[in-house]
Amino acid sequence: MSIVLDRISKRFGPVIAVDSVSLSVEEGELVALLGPSGGGKTTILRMIAGLEMPTEGEIIIRNRRVTDLRVQERNIGFVFQNYALFKHMNVFRNIAFGLRVKRWRKAEIEARVGELLHLLELEGLAQRLPHQLSGGQRQRVAIARALAPRPSVLLLDEPFGAVDARIRQELREWLVRLHQELNVTTLFVTHDQEEAMEVARRIAIFSNGRLEQIDTPQTVYEEPANEFVARFIGVMNILEGQVHNGVARAGDIELPAPGCADGARVRIGFRPYAVQVSPDPGRYRYQAVLLRTYFMGIMHRLELATPSGLRVRCRITKEEYSNLGLRDSMNVSFQIRSCRVLAGESAESGPARPAEDRGASVPAGGTC
Amino acid sequence: MRRHALVASRRGAEETPLVRGLLIAVALGFAGLFLFLPLANVFAQALSKGFAVYAAGLTHPESLAALRLTLLLAVVCVPLNVVFGLAAAWAVAKFEFRGKAWLVTLIDLPFSISPVVAGLMFVVLFGLQGYAGPWLAARDLQIIFALPGMILATLFVTFPFVARELIPVMQATGSEQEQAALTLGAGAWRTFWHVTLPSVKWGLLYGVILCNARAMGEFGAVSVVSGHIAGVTDTLPLRVEKLYQEYQSAAAFSVASLLALLALATLAVKGILEWKARRAEARAGAVAETGP
Repeated sequence: MSIVLDRISKRFGPVIAVDSVSLSVEEGELVALLGPSGGGKTTILRMIAGLEMPTEGEIIIRNRRVTDLRVQERNIGFVFQNYALFKHMNVFRNIAFGLRVKRWRKAEIEARVGELLHLLELEGLAQRLPHQLSGGQRQRVAIARALAPRPSVLLLDEPFGAVDARIRQELREWLVRLHQELNVTTLFVTHDQEEAMEVARRIAIFSNGRLEQIDTPQTVYEEPANEFVARFIGVMNILEGQVHNGVARAGDIELPAPGCADGARVRIGFRPYAVQVSPDPGRYRYQAVLLRTYFMGIMHRLELATPSGLRVRCRITKEEYSNLGLRDSMNVSFQIRSCRVLAGESAESGPARPAEDRGASVPAGGTC
Repeated sequence: MRRHALVASRRGAEETPLVRGLLIAVALGFAGLFLFLPLANVFAQALSKGFAVYAAGLTHPESLAALRLTLLLAVVCVPLNVVFGLAAAWAVAKFEFRGKAWLVTLIDLPFSISPVVAGLMFVVLFGLQGYAGPWLAARDLQIIFALPGMILATLFVTFPFVARELIPVMQATGSEQEQAALTLGAGAWRTFWHVTLPSVKWGLLYGVILCNARAMGEFGAVSVVSGHIAGVTDTLPLRVEKLYQEYQSAAAFSVASLLALLALATLAVKGILEWKARRAEARAGAVAETGP
């Protein structure tokens, strides 16, 4: 294991920024810490680096307990959101800083910096000052500086937050390539679910300082542990219904709720792409009116309204839309191919769960 | 939009040249009358009885002693205020603590207190009739009417200069660069010398220059605690006053010209520093605009 967090908490006065988070990261993994701002993810990153001290819990890096170690002794590479390059030093001296601190020999420093300049495509910029670089170049210098002393883990705080949207995409792909090449354990913080899905091998999702779920992008998308995750990762239709004989009824829609007790109220979610629509009212089980179509490139998003007033969002391709001959305010029929019982309360309402039965209250496979 | 442009252009045609000319004339006239004329007069008066008298005024042993004392005060007070200014600016800019607003106000106190009052305060504290006077006298320690009192008074009046210049610079810089240095393994000492100090150097130099100018030129506070012992506790400003009151106006003006030259040199250094800092900024701005 490269990084193990064992029930770490951080309180700032009365505010609980991080609430008993445990997670472990394998050597060479690329993991995203994802969540809305104020979710505690940056605090976790800073605690791993040693820039903040946890109020409780232990941090282990490469089988060594580092909880009480100072920043300098942890051998981590940290890339700040705004890069925090040394403004008065040129690119070479920025990258060499950590090596000079560790008293590398001059020739070794030159070789290592040269290697990083090449790896990060910064050749020819060694003598530039940070203000003479573009945003993307600055970020690469910051990463080179963090990587130079061969850290055991690389931590990046919102690595794409400070660059404009145009080059963000490029930088994502570039980070994935760099990680493949170096294979250094990497954790990065982001609030952008798309970015996390695209770059990370695993995603840890936080809200209000708690770890909601950690899994592969595919699993968090298809099997969200709770409603918060379901809503945060992509779009989801959520219906609330009462269970009778393993079936939950919400208005005129019936959805399977396997294993749920009779009379229980459950919330069930399904992705817009799991909804099939037909202009033939007899084709599928449920009737609806197509309220409105939103055109979004190759996909179209449809908003349906059932006779009992439920709103259902649906996503189909452009071709399917024109093949079916759909139009706004048309009567249609639809069916739901797959759905999931969501155990978590909605983010807006519902009482907070006691911390100790978290995890246990999240059923596998979306059953009760 | 069109109407706006019309109004603006009419205004530009009618008012601006007149107002501009008037304002420039007032500013230049004022500066000429109250700054340049007196300054020129200092040199004219100093040389009014010929260069020999001017040189004699300057090389008089008591004048030289005053020059030495003035330089000594600057040499002692400026470094102390640099240390204090850095510590205070660091505390204010990088930490959150109770009483921060109070500390900032306190740093400004010497600006708002008359220097004479500041001097008197030290007399009341350390003078023979003061609170600590008997205790000091019993141990044969003299503060008032001696060098220590003059250093204290100068320190007090020059106290805000470095801190005032550094606080905004450090606040703008933030502490991320220092944190980055820590994550790269640097200790506090190295971080301070290699990261913090270079990033505030223009502000620090500017503060040092202002502090130095005031340390050499201070009259009120130093006058109260000095005791005016010729050749011992007279600084250049005190020497000027004494010579003038003894009707040796040519000598008084020759010493004054020396002070004026020190001030002009300070001004020149300040100008050069501002120009250099501006150039560094303009370069950064130009690159930011054209950068990809």
